[in-house]
Amino acid sequence: MKFGIVINEGPYQHQSSDTAYHFTKAALAAGHTIVRVFYYHDGVNNGNNLATPPQDDRDIVKRWSALSKEHNLDLVVCVAAAQRRGIVDADQAKRSGKHAENLADGFRISGLGQLIETGIEADRLMVFGD
Amino acid sequence: MLHTVNKSPFQKNSFDTSLRLSRKGSDILLIEDAVYAALKDSAIAKTVKQAVTTHSIYVLEPDLMARGLQPARLIKGIQIVGYEGFVELAVKNDKVQSWL
Repeated sequence: MKFGIVINEGPYQHQSSDTAYHFTKAALAAGHTIVRVFYYHDGVNNGNNLATPPQDDRDIVKRWSALSKEHNLDLVVCVAAAQRRGIVDADQAKRSGKHAENLADGFRISGLGQLIETGIEADRLMVFGD
Repeated sequence: MLHTVNKSPFQKNSFDTSLRLSRKGSDILLIEDAVYAALKDSAIAKTVKQAVTTHSIYVLEPDLMARGLQPARLIKGIQIVGYEGFVELAVKNDKVQSWL
């Protein structure tokens, strides 16, 4: 079965990013397909590679990057939500004159069309948020 | 249809809303702070005991464990599932509604 995952909450806020991660892992382990993980609203902060949690805590950003690498997941950050919150890739940083880029490995920036497409392509759309 | 609830019933009324707006026989999965709704002898236990007779109520085990809640403290009839069970519930139901 094909799952789409939507995350509307930032990391370390409540628990939704963790729940989404564990659900995604369990779905993959059961042999299901993840069409896309779409990060919206504060959820875009899950793709900030400047985040540096304490060493004895889980690294939510790195964990998504690693899962994406292992299973070739498409991690998409909403462009408008990302711009508001200062999540930028190299291209965006250059265009808007920022001195740094901070989009984590495995993530890409795109638009809401990708969320609509996920809803169409997936058998189930799972929403995790606050 | 599967309804997921992730807020404590003492924080927000999303569990109540899920009960009110879901069809009888629906699956309701309590995750994150919503697991507190599954406790017996709480202020809303009466509502939940009634809900168990009309809906299938599930609770996510890792979230129970993370809060130090033992299965013996749960209202009878509430079923405990892990993340695998969460996935199975999402597969079994053709739609999933998250009450946030």
